[in-house]
Amino acid sequence: MPPAAKASPSGPPPFDPYDPLGLDDLLSDEDRAVRDTVRRWAAERVLPHVAGWYERGELPVIRELARELGAIGALGMPLTGYGCAGASAVQYGLACLELEAADSGIRSLVSVQGSLAMYAIHRYGSEEQRQQWLPRMAAGEVIGCFGLTEPDHGSDPAAMRTRARKDGSDWVLDGRKMWITNGSVAGVAVVWAQTDEGIRGFAVPTDTPGFSAPEIHHKWSLRASVTSELVLDGVRLPADAVLPGVSGLRGPLSCLSHARYGIVWGAMGAARASFEAALDYARSREQFGKPIGGFQLTQAKLADMAVELHKGILLAHHLGRRMDAGRLRAEQISFGKLNNVREAIDICRTARTILGANGISLEYPVMRHATNLESVLTYEGTVEMHQLVLGKALTGLDAFRG
Amino acid sequence: MSLRIVVAVKYVPDATGDRHFADDLTTDRDAVDGLLSELDEYAVEQALQIAEAADDAEITVLTVGPADAKDALRKALSMGADKAVHVEDDALHGTDVMGTSLVLAKAIEHAGFDLVVTGMASTDGTAGVVPALLAERLGIPQVTLLSEVAVSGGKVTGRRDGDAASEQVEASLPALVSVTDQSGEARYPSFKGIMAAKKKPVEALDLSDLGIDAADVGLAGAWTAVQEAAARPARSAGTIVKDEGEGGKQLAAFLAEHKFI
Repeated sequence: MPPAAKASPSGPPPFDPYDPLGLDDLLSDEDRAVRDTVRRWAAERVLPHVAGWYERGELPVIRELARELGAIGALGMPLTGYGCAGASAVQYGLACLELEAADSGIRSLVSVQGSLAMYAIHRYGSEEQRQQWLPRMAAGEVIGCFGLTEPDHGSDPAAMRTRARKDGSDWVLDGRKMWITNGSVAGVAVVWAQTDEGIRGFAVPTDTPGFSAPEIHHKWSLRASVTSELVLDGVRLPADAVLPGVSGLRGPLSCLSHARYGIVWGAMGAARASFEAALDYARSREQFGKPIGGFQLTQAKLADMAVELHKGILLAHHLGRRMDAGRLRAEQISFGKLNNVREAIDICRTARTILGANGISLEYPVMRHATNLESVLTYEGTVEMHQLVLGKALTGLDAFRG
Repeated sequence: MSLRIVVAVKYVPDATGDRHFADDLTTDRDAVDGLLSELDEYAVEQALQIAEAADDAEITVLTVGPADAKDALRKALSMGADKAVHVEDDALHGTDVMGTSLVLAKAIEHAGFDLVVTGMASTDGTAGVVPALLAERLGIPQVTLLSEVAVSGGKVTGRRDGDAASEQVEASLPALVSVTDQSGEARYPSFKGIMAAKKKPVEALDLSDLGIDAADVGLAGAWTAVQEAAARPARSAGTIVKDEGEGGKQLAAFLAEHKFI
């Protein structure tokens, strides 16, 4: 991407096809520095390899990547203390965008580590649990995962079957969790389970007897990401493994809200990478004696893609500022997740049509992003669930049950 | 006693941008954004490693350049340098290596130093002589073009890789070293480093603060002059070797002729 042209002393700065609304002006110098660090890391450490990982359906260097992400401060980035960077919500969002512009799988690694596992321990854990896990997780030495979804319970986690029962002072966990990012490489799993006192969270060391996390293969999306099943067969934990700060579904849902916020930004990263690939292609690919970007149908596509892309980034930025001001509601995050992922997948699919046959090749990023977004579209709340959240907020009528 | 390290860095036009000369044949800094010269990132990295290995060290990063050159200092501070010195003066416009080395030397003396670290050259002018000029002006030993460097017992040691041999070199402090792009990848500024950089001191100096006569610097004070500058001609078509049993030999001959092998 060429550097932005400088402002001239008279009149508005020149039009930048990569930032048509001049949204860069919304950022501080520190914001830009954070963005540049992540962009450069992704360009050097992910982009040269990701097509190969994707084709082979593996992320063999995940531990190395986690340590590097930890060194720059990307893990638990907006959290404070315990080795976390204490960045703003906007900066965290910018990092998510840059990571997902490389690959949704890499952004998922960071989201699950920071916004789900670390956030749960940071917000609901005891001081001992925070000391035990967070510094090593912030450094990327320990990878975390987050077990809420089950084979039979996705959108309706309240009906989960995983159970934790008291045995003396110990807890014993039994159940299954499904579609768990980072599961097979995790050192700690934050697992949510039914108890006599409602749903509780547990920090489960993954070397506890009875715990296993077989990797899920045969997936056509997020192929450069570790996805697992969690198997809990009589996993015995001491009394202090429970997260003391919360009981009920509110706990996991607040973590998901935090992670969804990152997705609002991240999805626009996948969209940006695909849009830029399509724009570059349209300017250089010639058919019927001229660049295809010179045809009206292609220009209509590019214009619509740019409009949705930068509207989405503007929306993400707005939500980020609200989060930094402590004024962001879960319904607003649903608004952002619903819009930005839906538009991002549409941008990627349109980009694919501009690239023609080349669009399906791993030589270009667009189909990889489009297929990744198939997961992002439904994980952390399907489109329909976010429509229902907004529908309820708009009408005051709950359409979830009965 | 604290080891005082000064790293001299340069703010250069982004090489991925469309770079131009201005009408007076100096770099047109308004045409493209600038950044910390990539070759100087290696110098900052080596200074950080030396400081981390020392009991007590302080890194000052120094630049001579226009207002925007602060960005290069900020980058080095976010990588981990402790403080910065920025020499800015309108009279510096068009300064050549002689003037630059004069200003750097005065600013380094002003900051106080045991070790000066530089890159091997700038990525814009690429003269590559400033480190040597600087050491001469400071009257200290220079060990240049190092791919490895370490400090201990009042000495700086390092390895200089040549075409035919590698030299182990050393000098007593105070001294100047320059490091190559083989000295080790520069770290990414961490988010904590970026936040911390905001609070680190940047001392602003002009020529009068350093007691330098404006006539000794700038275009008028330059010992060298650019007479003419022309854009590099468009790349011409490459040579196609048709393999009729001799293709390998022809390729080898081509590579040898152009000194690639």
